[in-house]
Amino acid sequence: MPPESVSRTNNEGLSCPIELNRDVPHVTLAHGDGGRLTRQLVREHITNRLANVHLQSLDDAACLPQPVGPLAVTTDSFVVTPLFFPGGDIGSLAVYGTVNDLAVSGAHPCWLTLALILEEGLPLAVLDQVIASVASAARRSDVAIVAGDTKVVPRGAVDGLFINTTGIGVFHSPVPAGPKSLTPGDELIISGPVGQHGIAVMAARERLSFDPAPHSDSLPLVKPIRVLREQLGSRVKAMRDATRGGVAAVLHEWAEAARVTLAVEQATFPMPDELRGLSELLGVDPLYFAGEGVFLLAVEPGACEAALAILRCHPESKLAARVGEVQAQQRFPVTIRRALGTTQPLDEPTTALLPRIC
Amino acid sequence: MKYVDEFRDPEAVRRLVEAIRRMATRRWTLMEVCGGQTHNLLRYGIDEALEGCIELIHGPGCPVCVTPVETIDAAQELSLRPNTILASFGDMLRVPGSHGTLLSSRSKGGRVAVVYSPLDAVEIARERPQDQIVFLAVGFETTAPATALAVQQATHYGLDNFSLLVAHVCVLPAMQMLATAPDHRAKAFLAAGHVCAVTGFAEYDEFVRRFRLPLVVTGFEPVDLLEGILACVRQLETGVASVENCYARSVRREGNLAAQRLVEQIYEVRDTPWRGFGVIPRGGLKLREEWQRFDARQRFSATPEVAACATECPAGDVLIGRIRPTECPHFGTRCTPDSPLGAPMVSTEGPCAAYHRYRVASHAGK
Amino acid sequence: MCLGVPGKVVRWIERSGPLARADVEFAGIRRVCHLALVPEVEEGQFVLIHAGIGIGRIDEAEAQRLIVDLARLADGADWSRTGDRT
Repeated sequence: MPPESVSRTNNEGLSCPIELNRDVPHVTLAHGDGGRLTRQLVREHITNRLANVHLQSLDDAACLPQPVGPLAVTTDSFVVTPLFFPGGDIGSLAVYGTVNDLAVSGAHPCWLTLALILEEGLPLAVLDQVIASVASAARRSDVAIVAGDTKVVPRGAVDGLFINTTGIGVFHSPVPAGPKSLTPGDELIISGPVGQHGIAVMAARERLSFDPAPHSDSLPLVKPIRVLREQLGSRVKAMRDATRGGVAAVLHEWAEAARVTLAVEQATFPMPDELRGLSELLGVDPLYFAGEGVFLLAVEPGACEAALAILRCHPESKLAARVGEVQAQQRFPVTIRRALGTTQPLDEPTTALLPRIC
Repeated sequence: MKYVDEFRDPEAVRRLVEAIRRMATRRWTLMEVCGGQTHNLLRYGIDEALEGCIELIHGPGCPVCVTPVETIDAAQELSLRPNTILASFGDMLRVPGSHGTLLSSRSKGGRVAVVYSPLDAVEIARERPQDQIVFLAVGFETTAPATALAVQQATHYGLDNFSLLVAHVCVLPAMQMLATAPDHRAKAFLAAGHVCAVTGFAEYDEFVRRFRLPLVVTGFEPVDLLEGILACVRQLETGVASVENCYARSVRREGNLAAQRLVEQIYEVRDTPWRGFGVIPRGGLKLREEWQRFDARQRFSATPEVAACATECPAGDVLIGRIRPTECPHFGTRCTPDSPLGAPMVSTEGPCAAYHRYRVASHAGK
Repeated sequence: MCLGVPGKVVRWIERSGPLARADVEFAGIRRVCHLALVPEVEEGQFVLIHAGIGIGRIDEAEAQRLIVDLARLADGADWSRTGDRT
């Protein structure tokens, strides 16, 4: 973990301004001028650490081999506060988030681009730690960082460091038909506990001081998804990682896309002890919090057991469970059967998620 | 979780529902005082399970809903001052004042820290001597001991950069006001279990004698809620009106004496404005004379102009049970959790938010 | 505004005065909670935590009594328990 002085929490009003300490090497505006300092920064702190053939030339564009099959392209930006949190950091999050978006679309992730926006005064040690994390996450996900960009903005213009990525992958047939194809009878499966990333980041940001500190589930989901695709083919109809807005947001998107009702059962969602304790104590519902290593999938009737068997073989989805089914459209797009057997509408996520004492 | 799961047992719930249905010879109207109870009654579908047998009207026990607009305005104003951090429970961040919410203050550069405990705000004050930390002290008797302890700890550490914006409210005066209202319909009260964990329930004897209404101290889990309802029905059916404790694992008659002593030491009761109700005699707390140095209003002479509050939200009518949330003309149309017209739609404890979340469109348009 | 969660007192950190506090466990997660207002609780007992402070001790015997009463209800026995009447 980096020293306290650089974990900044701007929106709390508790920002600890990074002291412009001349003894601590830090990013300066000159690093963004495009001159020698820029070259040095990019070479020494970024490309050398992401070593791959595409980055060595520092050309304006990477030349990639022609893939076999249609391309999948996705883009995402990462602005998480704090930059480092239990279970991950903005660097690994950027890689896994992008790779998972490709994987759940039915593509095999191949290449990423990495654009960094750095705040003047950011200690170079922090940048190094983030880049090291990007490198190791890319290795773990088996993707190469093939192009990038670095900008420096004046203090206060960003909160330490923002990242934008573009992910490029190749679709392998059969590609899941997607949420539009859901029909009554399809079964819904969650790959693991939901909401762990969002709750971990909230706990770190609001300094809720739990022991053990709640950990983000930030992980690449490429392997279990590949095996699912290979073994079940088109019987997997839709997949989506349950990030911002949590699983509740995905359920609403799917219900709208297919004009169906998705019926889930609260008791079936995997709920490790610490997640249970946290949600009781903070009065929050993990269904509304982001996960970064969990996805929802819909499979054809009868394919549920096979899908669960595959998922449970992989450590990143060993707690997978069937959580519900697709039904014909009713009054509510998403319903949840509560612990006592009453069925209720499950609301769409709204606004800020905050711990409550009410 | 021990002491939670046992009291969510579906089988026990089923039996209690049956027992209540067996016992009730007519449809009884009860009021649960606490917003936390409202939330759980709807979340667990208890109101629906008892449909036709018990009518539940939802009381004013949501401190978020009854905190005056002026207090939110003062908190926002403090958050925007230089070198000042407004610390608050998460619950208060989305409550509309006259110009937006504490969340919107953040976007204007205001410094607002969310804390889980007032004692975390004391820690922030210790770590940041260069800043003034003001804690927005809202809540019923349940929460007052925590903020009183914060004052005690700040004194212990000799902090001169910690203060409270006090908006504590007391539940019994509000219940008295409800019970004297000419159109009140509640035939019995479920008293707020966690308030009673602090205050005990001896102080309810007088209330029961005066109004001849059964009053049952009730917890929050489904089994606890149903137990409380069953006890109310039993009293009503046998023509008794007494104070009864159905939450004995957490509540004793005398309450928590150490907590009462501390609150007594730091605070005194005062006539207090409640949003949607007007001023309730002895309806809240203020810091005692000897603790004035912890009063943020004094320290910062925070007197924002009292905004003419032309709200279309009939919060008062909803919070005394005069109208159900779904009977409000704006419910689910102009007023939703995304764009609340008033506090009862903001707070998770607010009856309108609970209806919108758990009963949403089934009632809209009725 | 009364979210109260039962937690198990695992270890006293400081036992007296305004800073009295202990590690308290809630289903697999712990937090330091302030227990100045429940100084009598022993390690292993449960307290009701609200906003980071203990506001009351949870009475094991009373909790058991309720569970036994519920079991009696299962036998169709008349539900005639009376609480603390005044």
